Amino acid sequence: MSTIADKTTHQIPDHLRPRWHRTLMTWECMLFLVAVGIFIINSFASPYFLDPWNLSDATFNFTEKAMIAFAMALLIVSGEIDLSVAAIIALVSTAMGFVAQLGVGVPVLIFVGICVGLLCGAFNGFLVSIMGLPSIVVTIGTMSLFRGISYIVLGDQAFTAYPAELSFFGQGYVWWVISFELVLFAVTALIFGVLLHKTAFGRAVTMIGNNPVGALYSGVNVNRVKFTLFMLTGLMSAIAAICLTSRLGSTRPSIAFGWELEIITIVVLGGVNILGGSGTIVGVVIAAFILGMVTFGFGLLNVPGIVMSIFLGLLLIGVIALPRIWQRFTSRPA
Amino acid sequence: MIKRILTSRELLLAAAIAGLIALIATKFPGFIAPENLINAFNDTSPLIILALGQMIVILTRCIDLSVAANLALTGMIVAMINTQLPWVPVPVLIAIAVAFGTVMGMINGLLTWKLDIPPIVVTLGTMTIYRGIIFLLSEGQWINAHEMSDSFKAFPRQTIFNLPVLSWFAIIITLLLFILVTRTPLGRAFYAVGGNPNAAVYAGIDVGKTQFMAFTVCGALAGLTGYLWVSRYAVAYVDIAGGFELDVVAACVIGGISIAGGIGSVIGAFLGAIFLGVIKNALPVIGISPFAQLAISGAAIVLAVMFNARAGRKQGRLILKREDSGT
Repeated sequence: MSTIADKTTHQIPDHLRPRWHRTLMTWECMLFLVAVGIFIINSFASPYFLDPWNLSDATFNFTEKAMIAFAMALLIVSGEIDLSVAAIIALVSTAMGFVAQLGVGVPVLIFVGICVGLLCGAFNGFLVSIMGLPSIVVTIGTMSLFRGISYIVLGDQAFTAYPAELSFFGQGYVWWVISFELVLFAVTALIFGVLLHKTAFGRAVTMIGNNPVGALYSGVNVNRVKFTLFMLTGLMSAIAAICLTSRLGSTRPSIAFGWELEIITIVVLGGVNILGGSGTIVGVVIAAFILGMVTFGFGLLNVPGIVMSIFLGLLLIGVIALPRIWQRFTSRPA
Repeated sequence: MIKRILTSRELLLAAAIAGLIALIATKFPGFIAPENLINAFNDTSPLIILALGQMIVILTRCIDLSVAANLALTGMIVAMINTQLPWVPVPVLIAIAVAFGTVMGMINGLLTWKLDIPPIVVTLGTMTIYRGIIFLLSEGQWINAHEMSDSFKAFPRQTIFNLPVLSWFAIIITLLLFILVTRTPLGRAFYAVGGNPNAAVYAGIDVGKTQFMAFTVCGALAGLTGYLWVSRYAVAYVDIAGGFELDVVAACVIGGISIAGGIGSVIGAFLGAIFLGVIKNALPVIGISPFAQLAISGAAIVLAVMFNARAGRKQGRLILKREDSGT
């Protein structure tokens, strides 16, 4: 955005450090150590932390957000951003609540939810990739548009008439303390990891983030890839919306308010370059765990939610700022 | 020349506003009564002031999503000073509000300038931080009308030539910014930085510093609006003006300020804010639920961005490819 091409210089060393050293110095490894540290601090801070059921409950803090964060990570790697994800959740949840009033079954509810999510994603994708509009403004606009529709439908009311079977998605357990959401989280993490790191599509996404013009000349259909990514983000928002609606059992237009900030924080904390071009799903997974555990730890210590949001804001800026400050001090000529 | 005037963005927008008012007036003649128009303008004044600040920031290829949080925090600070020390005169309070707003704008600017963090990330972060600080300061309490001193509340309501002081603030700031943007080197620098940062560097303009200045001006205006808002509505709490940053960006986009930077005018931002203000004031008159406001703002942003892109495409053929084309 504000960076200027001739400001950045690339340095290529004449020899590489040993492999173990390089692995240890990666962002993901640092994150993992931080996660372990927080885990240990939390287990000392509260005697209730290590209880398996408590830990299982704590995963609900991040599973839904992380599922969206995977798709968002791909989107940010490709150099775009979607600020409307939380609004898509609101719209999907509203649509599901509306249909549920007609007394349809769970499969229809899920079908409707996913369709609405895909439609929202397609709308964003159409405006960004086909109309060629900047994604920041487009999704700021659709953020108020989607949530606004939700407000028009619901006003100050709430949908609560959901069939009992729907509760499995947000409250069900697959085995012992392993919840359905946690399994879904693991499966989507795997799918997105393979998609980004092991497929031609993933290479295309990274390439577009590094050099869209170069990607275009290399035969990558940039517009189609971006459109697909927005659809994917819509799809993941819909899945998260289904889980969240099922967990809460009700829909208000303010549902998932402000989640876009937390989701972007997870992605950035996970080491994805906000300017596009690089990032890993492993990092996003660890970042999601960190955020979930910190939220849980703060909860055990009775810290109010808004203080948590200050911490989030500081984290978002700090995570990007610290490496740059560090770089400035270390790269200064002696 | 005539064609240029007829197709000018500002004129089209002014015509659209006039058309909109006329359309409403055919059904509800009361809407164009002078008192009602003055009221509508007064209601829109905070939006005008904020949109002008946002315009400068967007001109330099940045965006400031923290304006509403900045407004709420400065508003809370002056309201708390007023309740604790009621003898502090209003001009001092205004100075304090502007000072706090400026500092918050400078924080955004410094993070963007010195650390090269994308402005959207910086201001998304500071937005939640500023809101959180309000909670820490007020401990979640409201400051209500009866706790504020009379002079504190009366100031923006006083009328000069039938127009409330709040409206005069909007008018004077529009004029000041018009001079700043069109008649000073800094104003030119805003356009130069947004139009082509590389060329701006070669022209001897410090890109980062110019962006920092833009954030500072925007923050100062947000701080000023903080006092005006809290004293006008006579209440201060954590969530005042929640989501207002979206309206501010919408006003800019509707006013023809290109989000890619370098294109836009003070009159455009002013008219963009008026356009949104007319819609918002008309909604209850026409009988549309206030819950529809958010969707209308959103639709307005999306439509305006589409319209801007279409208008921009007609400008001419590309002779040289811009380095960042396609992003």
